[in-house]
Amino acid sequence: MYSEKVMEHFHNPRNVGEIEDADGIGEVGNPRCGDIMKMYLKIEDDIIVDVKFKTFGCGSAIASSSMATELIKGKTIEEAMNITNKAVAKALDGLPPIKMHCSVLAEQAIKSALLDYSKKNGVHIEGLENFDPTEDAHDHH
Amino acid sequence: MKKLIYMDNAATTPTKQEVLDEMLPYFNVRYGNPSSIYSLGSHSRTAVEISREAIANTINAKAREIFFTAGGTEADNWALKGVAYANRDKGNHIITSKIEHQGILHTCGYLEKQGFKVTYLDVDEYGVIDLEQLEESITDETILISIMFANNEIGTIQPIKEVGRIAKEKNIYFHTDAVQAIGHIKVDVDELNIDMLSMAAHKFYGPKGIGALYIRQGVKIDPLIIGGGQERNRRAGTENVPGIVGMGKAIELAYEDLNEKNKRLIYLRERLVKGIFDNIDHVRLNGHPTKRLPNNVNICFEFIEGESLLLSLDMEGIAGSSGSACTSGTLEPSHVLLGIGLPHEIAHGSLRLSLGDYNTEDEVDYVVEKLTDIVARLRAMSPLYEQAKEVR
Repeated sequence: MYSEKVMEHFHNPRNVGEIEDADGIGEVGNPRCGDIMKMYLKIEDDIIVDVKFKTFGCGSAIASSSMATELIKGKTIEEAMNITNKAVAKALDGLPPIKMHCSVLAEQAIKSALLDYSKKNGVHIEGLENFDPTEDAHDHH
Repeated sequence: MKKLIYMDNAATTPTKQEVLDEMLPYFNVRYGNPSSIYSLGSHSRTAVEISREAIANTINAKAREIFFTAGGTEADNWALKGVAYANRDKGNHIITSKIEHQGILHTCGYLEKQGFKVTYLDVDEYGVIDLEQLEESITDETILISIMFANNEIGTIQPIKEVGRIAKEKNIYFHTDAVQAIGHIKVDVDELNIDMLSMAAHKFYGPKGIGALYIRQGVKIDPLIIGGGQERNRRAGTENVPGIVGMGKAIELAYEDLNEKNKRLIYLRERLVKGIFDNIDHVRLNGHPTKRLPNNVNICFEFIEGESLLLSLDMEGIAGSSGSACTSGTLEPSHVLLGIGLPHEIAHGSLRLSLGDYNTEDEVDYVVEKLTDIVARLRAMSPLYEQAKEVR
């Protein structure tokens, strides 16, 4: 059901953990629905120098979190903002249709952490104006 | 590849070699149609009737009360739709429970669309129905009570004898989906006042695609599959002779030394549960502690999600199942786990391990060891576990 890439990221997830003095923390999802993603960002000069995650969820939720952290690590905020759920799914060689919401959750986790960073530091991030971190990822099937 | 440790015997079981050996000639040597009059046909007819007799004997029924179907789901569909349509003049109300198999629940949903009324009984925290609620739910319109014998997910065994007594007193037909019970526990349809009973061979080391519905003589029921005159005009279609032969052999084997087999399974079950409870915190056993199938273990591991648990177990060569939403193709966790009152987030972290004749003590110990590691690994990744630790 899952691609080898998904299984590989599930079994050896990258960047698991927390960042003590994170510059931005985002948490999305809902335990009721069986998935929560928490993402920690360390940002220096508009560049994401470190990222960690913790996820409660199914195999594809864990793999999507792992892939999302890989995709944004070392990137600028602007580049991270351009990472879509489809990019996460594509980098995993695809997700089953019923699991696409996992990639949506990963995109939301990134944006939610960036929103936290922008609020804490009073910086404006292009594209976050209409972002709602509480929006239900499951509606994005 | 690692040796497979198969602990999903409630999903299906391997066909036993002795069963397969009995079946094989009926594919290409004794392939006659039981309805044909020449001897090749009558050999098949004899084989079908021997199997029917064996099945009838194990549940204390008459051979003429056993009707072969394509499996448990067909038997469930037949019992419900057949009784509903044949007894419309008497009433339009059916009583069942909230934790039935989809074969019952979805058929009830269909019947509701056809104008029937269905009461879905609640269950307590162990998954047992409330007999008082059952009695209170009965109206003049009630034509059928359908309560499963033992639950497929949590293994809880229902008070079937009491349900049978109530149904008989009120003169209402009583059907039980006994797919998880037949071949595993002793069932006597007379003692329990059962009017109809569904079973499936692949749950007791027989082949897939064959089952039966027991219909007590005198029960008014319409056919489900209409066509030729097979099964005494009640279930059309050429008989699945190899399947029927296999089912008959499988049921005989299943009830040989049943008590010894169950003692062994209960020992393994308790060892597995104890191993998990001794090594892993924040776990809960689902289902009734004692009134449960000898082979069923169902446990929730808090703060982790069932599918990721199954994928990790699979990597270690262990096959189990989960009531997690992510394994069901829906976004809702199991209706059974929600039915016993579990919150969604805990129901998502369920694992069912169902033991069988081929599991060993070493396998149980290996599973406990691997589960301990896997749960620790997944919890280390889970933000919920971290929060729970902070609260403490």
